Amino acid sequence: MKTICLYFEIHQNVHLKRYRFFEIGKDHYYFDDYENERGITDTAERSYIPALKTFLEMAKMYGKAFKVAFSISGCAIELLEQYAPEVIELLQELNETGCVEFLAEPYSHGLSSLANEDVFRDEVARQAKKMKELFGKKPTVLRNSSLIYSDDIGGLVADMGYKGMIAEGAKHVLGWKSPHFLYHCNQNPNLKLLLRDYKLSDDISLRFNDSSWNEYPLFADTYIDWISQLPEEEKVINIFMELCALGIYQPLSSNILEFIKALPAVAKDRGITFATPSEIIAKSKSVAQLDVPYPMSWNDEERDTSCWLGNVMQREAFQKLYSVAERVLICKDRRITQDWDRIQASNNFRFMTTKNMGTGFYRGIYDSPYDAFTNYMNILGDFINRVNALYPLDIENDELNALLTTIRNQADEINVKDAEINRLQARLSKFEPVVKEEKKAPAKKAAPAKKAAPAKKAEPAKKAEPKAAPAKKAPAKKPAAKK
Amino acid sequence: MKVLMFGWEYPPHVFGGLATANYGITHGLNALGDMETLLCLPRPFGDEEQDACKIIGMNSVPIAWRDVNYDYVRQRLGNIMSPDDYYRYREHIYADFNYMHVNDLGCMEFAGGYPSNLTEEINNYSIIAGVVARTEQFDIIHAHDWLTYPAGIHAKQVSGKPLVIHVHATDFDRSRGNVNPTVYGIERNGMDNADCIMCVSELTRQTVINHYGQDPAKCFAMHNAVYPLAPELQEIVAQRLPYKERKEKVITFLGRITMQKGPEYFIEAAKRVLERTNNVRFCFAGSGDMMNDMINMAAAYGIADRCHFPGFMKGKQVFEIFRDSDVYVMPSVSEPFGISPLEAMQSGVPSIISKQSGCAEILDKCIKTDYWDIDAMADAMYSLCTNDSLHEYLQVEGKKEVDGITWEKVGERIRKLYDQCLAR
Repeated sequence: MKTICLYFEIHQNVHLKRYRFFEIGKDHYYFDDYENERGITDTAERSYIPALKTFLEMAKMYGKAFKVAFSISGCAIELLEQYAPEVIELLQELNETGCVEFLAEPYSHGLSSLANEDVFRDEVARQAKKMKELFGKKPTVLRNSSLIYSDDIGGLVADMGYKGMIAEGAKHVLGWKSPHFLYHCNQNPNLKLLLRDYKLSDDISLRFNDSSWNEYPLFADTYIDWISQLPEEEKVINIFMELCALGIYQPLSSNILEFIKALPAVAKDRGITFATPSEIIAKSKSVAQLDVPYPMSWNDEERDTSCWLGNVMQREAFQKLYSVAERVLICKDRRITQDWDRIQASNNFRFMTTKNMGTGFYRGIYDSPYDAFTNYMNILGDFINRVNALYPLDIENDELNALLTTIRNQADEINVKDAEINRLQARLSKFEPVVKEEKKAPAKKAAPAKKAAPAKKAEPAKKAEPKAAPAKKAPAKKPAAKK
Repeated sequence: MKVLMFGWEYPPHVFGGLATANYGITHGLNALGDMETLLCLPRPFGDEEQDACKIIGMNSVPIAWRDVNYDYVRQRLGNIMSPDDYYRYREHIYADFNYMHVNDLGCMEFAGGYPSNLTEEINNYSIIAGVVARTEQFDIIHAHDWLTYPAGIHAKQVSGKPLVIHVHATDFDRSRGNVNPTVYGIERNGMDNADCIMCVSELTRQTVINHYGQDPAKCFAMHNAVYPLAPELQEIVAQRLPYKERKEKVITFLGRITMQKGPEYFIEAAKRVLERTNNVRFCFAGSGDMMNDMINMAAAYGIADRCHFPGFMKGKQVFEIFRDSDVYVMPSVSEPFGISPLEAMQSGVPSIISKQSGCAEILDKCIKTDYWDIDAMADAMYSLCTNDSLHEYLQVEGKKEVDGITWEKVGERIRKLYDQCLAR
């Protein structure tokens, strides 16, 4: 019996605005709000909402016979929450039907898995937390941005406690092997790998509406026939794509949603079922380990990382970006963290590609890779300045981290002590009125003065809490110096 | 196939961009093997290379009959032309031109270059063209730029052979729209009489179609190319200091400082860059009617200490400038083609060019901005001066790209159009 695993990526890039070098240091807002709003509402209207509604219908129609998986990048969630909350509501509704699994992925949809382990761990943890908040379940399967996978990434992900990962069934990695089996990571057999069947996936996401394609028009029964005609022992068919494929890459007028809707029924006739990635991992056994020494992805014909890191400009931008990674992790400034997530997105690197992408390649607001690079480096320049301004540059990261921990601990200590003082003061004031009543006239003057003093003391401590580290330093440094 | 070509200048005596283009085209055609080119020049100096074409000095073609002996002719003509040719042309004088300013050989003198009595020289050139066209046997006529259109038309009327004209620039480019009616008249007449119009870019082709009312079917874009750098120039360029060792970056503008070239946009962008950094210098290599205005403008912005005006550069000097530059900028308001970015890229200097220039149509490994978008231009300058990787990428890839643009390919395409023209 064969099983189809359907997975859709939900990601929208937060568009950067036109940022000239003379704005460095003057303007710290990097995003094109108009384009973001337009982009996300357009995508939601043309693709996400109709597609999710279709899935809801399918869930009602077929019950547990239909399964689907999604992963949503943190950037996309932020955009959806702000501009198209109905998409999140639909996802939640779909979640309640029980036929959906949500996967973990790096919050930023960036390339941190290739650069910095700590950033990657942090990002994934944040996205997983968000998934738990929104959908009530912590993901157990991870998908990396654009399905980037290599042995090292697999080892890291296994170490983070994930049971499975989805990856590209790239020809240059698989060779004679078939993607229709479950594999495992060669560094840790506990991490199972589901590999995308790019032919069957692209038939839907790239070719469905292409009238020059020899299979055009594609019907659900033909498509399921292809699957059922695969050799008996090939059991897992992984069809992964972006959710935008339904409605944007393939317009709704091509009846792509009707096609999707018909799949489970046709599959059932031929004894093919649907399952989510974690169900497949629970049910099937891995047939072999997969060796992927160099990173692969689902992008371009090469299925590697060349569209983000193919030329010197992309590599410089990448290195510069992650050169401040540790500092950004140390700092807890929310605006910096948010900007960090957004500028990490792999789309920003893709705009800088110099590969021949054909005439239809979408480059955002940029008219050339050089333009994209210049704009990005300007923004990155400002961002790095901001990060560097937080802490002095001559302190090593480790030392800085240790100092910050001391400061934080001492701030906590001071808070505890302040609370204690307040408590005692309150207690004291209970006894004081007895004394006051005795000598009324002079006490009246003294009492307000006394009350004001502790209140003032407590206030700066409380105020300092939400403020950034430098504010905390002032009260904290004194005990440190005494030591 | 034999071509009668009318040109105005030819290396090594370069007055403008026309000379280089003319040289490239004759050599590109010569590389095909079966082409023979007769190139008419108003005033050759005798030291021009003649391996790709035979040069006819128009100042040595008689238009009035003079009885002079062989030795005298040889002594007077020197190595510009052989006395035999002189006698051959003397046989074909078609009218009495004694009323004109002819010299003792019955020839007319040319000042050469672009003198103030240009229209008179153009007229004289066309009179002499009549003699040449009556003497020589050829299959097709090819006239470069408006200066030689009247000669081309004359040759066509005399011989009945098809006329190809090559538009290197139009007066719309030179004047930002305020055309000189005389020049426009000559240009228009040449185009109307041409059987095929080759334009140095699609941009020019559109101007020819829209402003000169030409039939799009006879207009073709024929982009220029560059010759690989000569060894002595390569040597100069190789002396470039490595990027890291260049503490001060130099951004260069090279060309005539005139309205057409948009020098004021360069200054505006320079001002923006200098507000941010102080290790950048700006170099204006060239001269022209706007030079003083530009110096004033730089002074008014308080950046005169960072802007340098070394004057007109030619030959080797151009490449010495490139060697010492980090960025080349061509902010032309309207540039039919613009060969200098190609030379800059050959020399390993990344270029920023305006989208309103013809060479932008065939170049990809350079930064293109609108000429009026000074913010974008400044941003590109700043980026090239601060981001090593962008500079390195454009330096390496730009050179590769330009190396693939050769006159041989242009020669082949011209030949194809000749064939089409003759078949009609």
